[in-house]
Amino acid sequence: MQLIRNGKFVADDFAAVGDEDILPEGAVIVSLERWQKDRDALTARNTPLGVRLKSGQEPSAIADDLDKLAVVALEFPVYRNGRAYSYARLLRERHGYKGEVRAVGNVLRDQFHFMVRCGFDALEVADNITPEIWAESVGVFSHSYQPATDGREPVLSLRQRLAARAATREAV
Amino acid sequence: MYRYDEFDHQLVNERVAQFRGQVARRLSGELTEDEFKPLRLMNGVYLQLHAYMLRVAIPYGTLSSKQLRMLAHIGRKYDRGYGHFTTRQNLQYNWPALKDMPDVLHDLATVEMHAIQTSGNCIRNVTSDQYAGAAKDEIEDPRIVSEIIRQWSTFHPEFSFLPRKFKIAVSGTPDDRAAIRVHDIGIQIVRNGKGKIGYEVYVGGGLGRTPMIGKKIADFVPKEDLLAYLEAVMRVYNMYGRRDNIYKARIKILVHEIGAEEMKRQVDAEFAEIRKTGALHLPAEEVARIQAYFASPAYETLPDESTELNKAVLADPDFANWVKSNIAAHRVPGYAIVNISLKPIGGTPGDCSSDQMDAVADIAEKYSFDELRVTHEQNLTLADVRKKDLPAVHAALKAAGLATANINLITDQIACPGLDYCALANARSIPLAQQISERFSDLNRQHDIGELKINTSGCINACGHHHVGHIGILGVDKKGVEYYQVTLGGAADEKTAIGDIVGPAFTEEQIVDAIETIVTTYLGLRQPGERFIDTYRRTGIEPFKESLYATH
Amino acid sequence: MAQHSRKGAQFQALTANRLADGIVVYLTADNRWSESLQDADVTEGKEAGEALLGRAQATVDGNIVVEPYLFEVTHNENGIRAASVRETIRQAGPTVRLDLGKQAELPGVHR
Repeated sequence: MQLIRNGKFVADDFAAVGDEDILPEGAVIVSLERWQKDRDALTARNTPLGVRLKSGQEPSAIADDLDKLAVVALEFPVYRNGRAYSYARLLRERHGYKGEVRAVGNVLRDQFHFMVRCGFDALEVADNITPEIWAESVGVFSHSYQPATDGREPVLSLRQRLAARAATREAV
Repeated sequence: MYRYDEFDHQLVNERVAQFRGQVARRLSGELTEDEFKPLRLMNGVYLQLHAYMLRVAIPYGTLSSKQLRMLAHIGRKYDRGYGHFTTRQNLQYNWPALKDMPDVLHDLATVEMHAIQTSGNCIRNVTSDQYAGAAKDEIEDPRIVSEIIRQWSTFHPEFSFLPRKFKIAVSGTPDDRAAIRVHDIGIQIVRNGKGKIGYEVYVGGGLGRTPMIGKKIADFVPKEDLLAYLEAVMRVYNMYGRRDNIYKARIKILVHEIGAEEMKRQVDAEFAEIRKTGALHLPAEEVARIQAYFASPAYETLPDESTELNKAVLADPDFANWVKSNIAAHRVPGYAIVNISLKPIGGTPGDCSSDQMDAVADIAEKYSFDELRVTHEQNLTLADVRKKDLPAVHAALKAAGLATANINLITDQIACPGLDYCALANARSIPLAQQISERFSDLNRQHDIGELKINTSGCINACGHHHVGHIGILGVDKKGVEYYQVTLGGAADEKTAIGDIVGPAFTEEQIVDAIETIVTTYLGLRQPGERFIDTYRRTGIEPFKESLYATH
Repeated sequence: MAQHSRKGAQFQALTANRLADGIVVYLTADNRWSESLQDADVTEGKEAGEALLGRAQATVDGNIVVEPYLFEVTHNENGIRAASVRETIRQAGPTVRLDLGKQAELPGVHR
């Protein structure tokens, strides 16, 4: 498993911790259940903290805690389960979350593009993914028809700008 | 019709390049079948009984002559010289090789076509009324909003891995020819009290294992908010649609489980939030840009009556019969809508040879502003033909073997490919349609029977829309032997109804006789002016049950 | 994997589709894939059927064929026949297009 954060292959500085595991030193990612149970102890540690949401655990469950979380990891139990795309968008667009939104689980190259568009800025990917594959996959389409979380200008607004420019040129 | 601009071209070309890479990775063994399957399915490539199948999208069923010629060419070059038009206005090829698929998609892209989202758990091809732009009582051309939805839904990053496939249909007239109430979302274009155009929205319709009629959850969504509203419906579905059971994953089950009221509440709440951001607000300029592509063709000013037509009707009984069944009223005086039946007596519903496609392309070019439509009833439509050209159009169609005069009659049947082609099927559909067609081939008898829709599906997935046939036939498998279950009283129009099962299934030997018994029963019961469906609605199922099973 | 064989099936053969073009093929006694059912290796009994599946695995891994499965056949002096309508259609071609499929391309396959 490797971590890609903001397009760079980096060492993962967070440890994924099971519900029964003893907490290690440093940054950890815990389940929603553990977060809800040990919230005070986890916050008191004063180290970066992440919560992992399973499919079916909605972002609204941690909406009030987001300022305490450096990472929200959203799980794809299988690539076909696309709930987390909505969760990522809600975290960013509805709850204004600025921390890391990490895709974990069954994260495949043919979905990188969609994930980045929905506001994931970190992805845990298989070891056979290379920077070349990443670049090719994430950049597969030069334009997008619809607005999403990545702020990419959708085609219809590009069209309007082109039309406006053409009109100005004509007027001159 | 809509034409691609640089952005549309680039996206489709990038898609072809992407799929070329994926096919190469599969053929080289870099991808396993399990890894490749979802990728090919995202591009309409299935593995069927005899070979691969490729489903080509025909957005809202509209084609140019040039596009149809390309479909003919692909049929010849990569397939066996024909294609099959489907109940979702698409075209399927039954024999293409996987290794050729990238070239097929490349050829399609040269005429602004693709196979994007023709399968997989995503938003599929948007379907619409084949009479769009020509229908008399049309509020607005439904292709405008269909194209807007096509673009918004293409590679939608949030909605490409939904719980299940998702189908949207749009109707621009009160008469529903697009079966919007049996779609995941049905959009009815309406005009409100202030004269403004907007959309009535139905959700949760569908056929398959659990047929359901869509529930209306919005009376009037303003034009500029449609995409925000659709995004709200999709988000609610993506988050709460069931993913634990493939048979319970369609939006109809969600709507059924939480109720239409609760669905409406959730969608309205989400819609309010999305609307606040303004990101999906549809600018009037973009609507106008797309609308311009669907402007009326350059109609001539003509008298509504055509002496050429009247003369030909009197002179040629074949022509007169064809006019009687295959021609529909046009909103412009002197023009007519021509339906081309792909249901020759004893033929395969929806099949069209490459030569026939070329012939239709030529006819459309010469007589109907270079454009044609595919109908969800698996026929073709020339939407804008001068009445005085009808004799010439008929003659040209006849020469191509396409002048069957049976639109809306009993031999104009819908049938899925069934066990002759489909890997999911339990029983054959086409031979059954053929036998019924031959049994009722007499045209006078067909006219006497009147409007009667027989829909046949080879399995419970219901691609042949059997639930909404006036007579529906469902093929089932009992220990390797084909049986056929009959439903009565279904309808897919503005009075949508799910048919009632009439009783135990029939064998292959019994089924055609059973259909004839049903028809004879109707003829005995009907009151003046009643169609089959009217009689059925009046009498209910009992008399049919009795005549079918009492004597057995 | 698809289930197209009866539980009590006596004779079985193994079929798949060729990866590159999707054409229906059958596993032969010498572990080739033939387009003709008449070349198929017919086995008797459950265990022999399982063995047939095992022999196909290498060609699945080698990306020659996809989706192999067992199906029931009958055989006598006239040749090998599929037991179900579905497999008969796969080996012959569409019953509504007798000019297409193996029935048109491979004389004798549909004995």
